[in-house]
Parts: sequence; structure tokens; C-alpha cells
Amino acid sequence: MADAAESDRLSRVFSALADPTRRDMVARLTAGDATVSELGASYDVSLQAVSKHLKVLEDAGLVSRSRDAQRRPVHLEAEVFDLMTKWIERYREQAEERYRRLDSVLAAMDDQDRDEGAAS
Amino acid sequence: MTVTKHETTIEAPADRPVIEITREFDATPDAVYRAHVEPDLAMAWMGPRDITSRVEHWDARTGGSWRYVSSRGDDTFGFYGSFHELRPGERIVQTFTYEGVPDGVALEVMTLEPLDGGRTRLHAVSIVETVEARDAFVASGMETGVVEGYEALDELLADR
Repeated sequence: MADAAESDRLSRVFSALADPTRRDMVARLTAGDATVSELGASYDVSLQAVSKHLKVLEDAGLVSRSRDAQRRPVHLEAEVFDLMTKWIERYREQAEERYRRLDSVLAAMDDQDRDEGAAS
Repeated sequence: MTVTKHETTIEAPADRPVIEITREFDATPDAVYRAHVEPDLAMAWMGPRDITSRVEHWDARTGGSWRYVSSRGDDTFGFYGSFHELRPGERIVQTFTYEGVPDGVALEVMTLEPLDGGRTRLHAVSIVETVEARDAFVASGMETGVVEGYEALDELLADR
């Protein structure tokens, strides 16, 4: 069940990052927090459009905005990227499982070759 | 007998839509090659775990193609692709599509490097269309993806 929730969350992350402007915003935020107007200055779009993009990133849990501060800077939630790391590790484990089955297949082939060699 | 532990290493670089896998085997490049291109051997390890896979078509030659269907209960999942290039004991280049995501395709380039003692290092690079498709693919996983993740993750690409 935890997996299903994570899977949902991750699919929101992917669709949020499918947009090049949003990817660029995330890249900028890795350097440090920024306000909406600071972020907006880099793009040829309205502040409203910037806010819309930020809302998508926020819904995906990629960024957060402090509620109290006057400037309400946008903050990158690095923890979401840990989720990705976790999925890559899980993928690796699945590949490893498959290759362990291949190990067994290869060992069986080896035995068979030896039997055939002995018979001839 | 010596028991060597060969853990799979994987790389999914942030800026390129690829997955790179490296793994060593206690078998010759010829044997590892055969286990990839002979259908009976391939089906013994490639298909998802706990799922029965049946080869529908398998023409293992450069320019040939393959298709297999995995089923669990009433659910069936088809996979197909081309053998773009088969160079015995050295190199396998193929495409891979999961039929549930017909627009998704991975190009897989596998090289078999001979090591001392009749061993082999397999290096597999899967190339997909976009970083997002790659990430979705990794997230869904190959096996659990088929079972639980494909609906949740719209774009996905497959590999092993």
C-alpha cells in the first residue's frame, strides 16, 4: 500500500517535471530559495504563469513556500529526489534478481555441456 | 567451489534518457550470448518472476524479431521487438516495447566483455525517448510495473 501511494506521488513528480520550464525552475532552485518574481525574471511569461507552474511543482511535493515570511520564497524539497533514488535501487534489485536466474541458467548450461562432453 | 558475488550496478544519469546496467557472470561470453538469444534459455530468466511467459515468435538473427506474452491469471502482457544486430559472443542490439504502452520503445545495446577465467562482463545500455519516460520506467520497475504500476504511470518504457 505504501508502494501504491509512492507510485502515485512519483507519477505526479514525473508529470510536473515533464515541462521544460518547470524543470528549469527546479534546476534554479537547487542553487537556493527564490521568490516568485525572482524566478519570473528569467522567463518570458507572466507572473501568473510562473505561479501556475509553481502550483504544479508544489502539488507534486517538489517545492514548498513558507507561509509566514513576507517574501514567501520558494524552497526545493530535496527529499522528493530521495524517492527517485529509492526507486532506482528497487529497479536495480529487480535486475539483480533476473540476473541471478540467469546465473542458474548458465550453470545448468555448463553442466549440460560437460555431460555431453563426457558422453562423446 | 568458489562462490562469487556479482551485484548488478545501475546508472540512470539525470541528464540523459538512458539506463546503464553492468553485471559479471561465471560463464563465457558465448554462453551468456546463447542465454539471451535461444528462446528456451531466455524465457527461463527474462520474463517477470512468478509469471508464465510464452514465446509467440522468435527469429534470432540480425534483422529478425521476437514477441513473447506473459500471463498471470487472466491478465496477459505482450512484449515485442527487433533483433537489430546479433554478433555471437560479442554484441546484441535490440528494441523492446511493452504492448500496453505501444508508443514506448527502448533501444538496448548489450556488449559482452570476456574476462579472465572464462568469465564475462555484461554491459547493457537502454536508450529511451525522454528522461521522463526513463524515470517513469525505472519507477514502475519491469516486473512490479507490469503488475501494479503501469496504470498509475502513464508514460513508461520497458527493459530489463
